[in-house]
Amino acid sequence: MPTLAKTGNEAMAEAMRQINPDVVAAYPITPATEVVMIFSQFVADGLVDTEYVAAESEHSAMSACVGAASAGCRVMTGTSSQGLQLMSEILPIVSALRQPIVLCEVNRALSGPINIHCDHSDTMAVRDFGWIQIFSENAQEAYDSVLQAVLIAEDEKVRLPAMVTTDGFIISHCMEKIETMEDDAAKKYIGEHKVKNSILNLEKPITLGSLDLQDYYFEHKMPVVEAMKQAKDVIVKVGKEFGQKFGREYGLLEEYKLADAEFAVVALGSTCGTTKAVVDELRNNGLKAGLLKVRVFRPFPGEEIAQALSKVKAAVILDRSDTYCNQGGQLYTEIRSAMYEAAKKPLLANYIYGLGGREISLEGIRQIYKQLQECQSSGQVIHFGVRE
Amino acid sequence: MKKNMGWKELWHGDSVPAGTAKEFQTGDWRSERPVFCAENCIHCYFCWIYCPDSAITLDENKKVSGIDYRYCKGCGICDVECPTKKDKRAITMEAERK
Amino acid sequence: MPKLKDLVTRRDPLCGGHRACTGCGAPIVVRQVLMSSSEPVVVTSATGCLEVVTTIFPYTAWNVNFLHNAFENSAATCSGIEAACKALKRKGKIKQNINFVAFGGDGGTYDIGFQSLSGAMERGHDMLYVCYNNEAYMNTGVQRSSATPKGAATTTAPAGKVIPGKVQFSKNLTEIMIAHDLPYVAQSAVGFWRDLTAKSEKAFSIHGPKFINVLQPCCLGWGYKPALTAEMGRLAADTCMWPLYEVENGVYKLNYTPKVKKPIGEFLKTQDRFRHLNKPGNGAVVESMQKEVDRRWEALLLRCKHEGGIQK
Repeated sequence: MPTLAKTGNEAMAEAMRQINPDVVAAYPITPATEVVMIFSQFVADGLVDTEYVAAESEHSAMSACVGAASAGCRVMTGTSSQGLQLMSEILPIVSALRQPIVLCEVNRALSGPINIHCDHSDTMAVRDFGWIQIFSENAQEAYDSVLQAVLIAEDEKVRLPAMVTTDGFIISHCMEKIETMEDDAAKKYIGEHKVKNSILNLEKPITLGSLDLQDYYFEHKMPVVEAMKQAKDVIVKVGKEFGQKFGREYGLLEEYKLADAEFAVVALGSTCGTTKAVVDELRNNGLKAGLLKVRVFRPFPGEEIAQALSKVKAAVILDRSDTYCNQGGQLYTEIRSAMYEAAKKPLLANYIYGLGGREISLEGIRQIYKQLQECQSSGQVIHFGVRE
Repeated sequence: MKKNMGWKELWHGDSVPAGTAKEFQTGDWRSERPVFCAENCIHCYFCWIYCPDSAITLDENKKVSGIDYRYCKGCGICDVECPTKKDKRAITMEAERK
Repeated sequence: MPKLKDLVTRRDPLCGGHRACTGCGAPIVVRQVLMSSSEPVVVTSATGCLEVVTTIFPYTAWNVNFLHNAFENSAATCSGIEAACKALKRKGKIKQNINFVAFGGDGGTYDIGFQSLSGAMERGHDMLYVCYNNEAYMNTGVQRSSATPKGAATTTAPAGKVIPGKVQFSKNLTEIMIAHDLPYVAQSAVGFWRDLTAKSEKAFSIHGPKFINVLQPCCLGWGYKPALTAEMGRLAADTCMWPLYEVENGVYKLNYTPKVKKPIGEFLKTQDRFRHLNKPGNGAVVESMQKEVDRRWEALLLRCKHEGGIQK
C-alpha cells in the first residue's frame, strides 16, 4: 500500500479520485476549497471520468447533485460552514429522495462573527436532516471514511446521504503520513453504483419530488427513520470489513484505554488525538484516564455510548459547538438523553471549547481531566478556554 | 392504485410512476360543459392544442372525437378558440346539469 | 415549424386529472413546449403552481420523467441532470438523445431562482429554461414579483387609498437573458400556439443553453373569465405590453407586429388587477405605463432593425 504525505483536504480529494464519481457539483469555500480544487485538476488532467459542475453557489451545487443523483449517478461534493448552511434547504430533500450523495465536509465555525477556523457548529446545525455524519480524527481517517461512506450510503438497507467531516485547518491543512489503497483495489472496493430509480430511464418514467400533504408526508419520513436505524449495523459491518481488507478497523465509537478507566473524556474529531496523548501521560502518572471517541454522530450511537461509559466514575463531554439551549452542547445533550435508561450512570459534565478555532492544547485537556476528578455532581456546563 | 398506502408499501424515495393523475377525475369541477358536434368539426385542433386539461379526445385516425368529461373542467377555452361559424359550431357551452 | 397534424401524433406530456385552476394557462405552455420536441424530454420544475397542481401525491399528471427539487433551483437541478446524462453517455450507459427542460414561474425565475438560472445558463448546459410568466406569485395568493407590471394590484402591492398598485415597472428579464449571450432567447405568449411551438422546436434544435419567457395569463390572479386565457395573451401582444420576438446568436427578430397597435387601456380594462386604474386621479399611472410600453417597444424595434443586419 502506498504511503503518502497528505493534508486532510488532499486525502479526501485522493479518495474522491479513486471513487471516480459520475458527477461532482461544488462551490469553493475556505477551508474546504482544496478538496474540489484538487479534484477539478484531476478532471482537467483526465484522471477521472467525472462531469464536474462548477456551480455558482453551494445551493446550486447541492441542487445539481440532486438532479444528477436522480439521474442514477454516483455523486459527490464538498463544502464547509456557510456553504453547508446555504445547502441546508436541500439537505433534507436529499435524504427524503433517498439519494446516497457523499459530501466531504470541513468543519468551520458559522458566522457570525465571520470566522474561518474549526468548530462543529456547521455540521451540528444540519444534524437532523437525515444525513449520516462521520467525524475524522486525522487525515487517514478522513481518507478511509470517505471511501467507506460510499458503501454505507449506497447500501440497500440505507440509501441515505452521508457527510464525512474533518476539522478545518487542524486536519484539512496539516500534512500527515497516510496509507492509501492501490487504485485497482480502491475501484474494486467501491464497486459499481447500483441505481434504484432514474429520471433518465425512459422506459419507466417517474415523478420525483411530489407535493405531499397531510395524507403522505409522514409516510415518506418513515423510510428515513428506518434507514437510519439500519445504518448503524451497516456502518459497523463496513468498518469491520474495511479492517479485514486494509488493516484499519472502524466502528461507531473508538474506545481508547477506556476498559478500566475511572475518568473519561468524550469527544469528536481531531481533539481525540490530543486527548490520547494526555491519556497516555496521565496513565503513566497512575491516573485511570480514558477516551471515548465518537466517530459517528448520525445515526447516534446512544446505547453504545451508554454502555461504554457505564463503568467510569465521571465523564466530561467535549462539545466544539453550542446549542444555546442552556442545556449544553449537542453531543452532551444527546449523551445525557441516552444515559437516562442506563442502570449505571457516571457523573457527566459538559465542556464547550474551541469555538471559532480557539486552540485546545495538551495543557487544556490536562486541566479538564484534573477538574473532572474534582467533579462532585452531574450537569455542569462549562465554557472552557474563553476570557471573561 | 391502492388508497392510503402505508410507508412500507410506497415506492422508493417518494417516487411515483408516471401518469397516476388519470385516476383523479376533475370533471366534477364543471359548472358549464362544452358540447362537441362532430358534423361541424373542421379538425383544426385549436381546441386540442389549447386545452389545459388534455381533455379533447382524438380517435384512432387522430381526428377530434369529443370531450373527455372525466377531466374537462369546463373552462370554455375550446369554445373561444373554435373557429367554426355561429350557425355551425363544433363546440358550444351548456350549463352543467346537476 | 410544427404542424398540428404532426403534434397530435405525439405523446401528451401531461394527462388530465391535475389540479390546475379551470382555464389555467400553465398546462397549455407545458403541452405546447414539450410536444414540440421530437425527442424524449426530462423535466424539472420550480416549486409553484405548476409543480403543486401536477404532483399531489400519489397523483402525478406527468407522463414524462419529472423532478421537482425546491423553489429557487429548477435551473441548477436541471443542469445536474444534464451533467449526469453527459457522464453516462461518456460511459456508454445512455445512447438516446434527451432534451432537458426546466420550468419556473416568474417568482421562481425572475426573483428567487434568478441566480440559479443565470449560473446554469452561463455554464452552458444543453437545456431549455421556460418561464411560465403569470406576472405574480399566484400559488401563494397573488403576491407581487419583479415581473408584475406597474399599476397591477397584488396582495403585497395592493391598490390602496394612497398607492395605486405596484409602483415599479416589470423587470425586463428577457433582455437580461439576452445579455448572457445565449444561442437562443425568445419571448412568446399563450394564445400564439404557432409562435410558441416554433420557438420551442427551434430551441430544441440548438445545442446549449436556451431561454424562453412565455406570458401566461392567469384568470385567478389577473381577474378575467377562464375561457379568455388565450385571448388575454393575444391582447398583451396587440397592445405591445408583451412583444413576441426572438434572438438567435445575438440577432433580434420580431415575430409579431400587431395590425393596429392598441392602446394599453384595451388590455387593462379586461382585468380586475387593473380595475382601480379607472378611478379619478389614476390616469397618470396609465399614462406612465403607456409611455414605458412605447419606449420598450420602440427600443425593441430599433434592435430588430439594426442588429438584424438589415442596416449598417
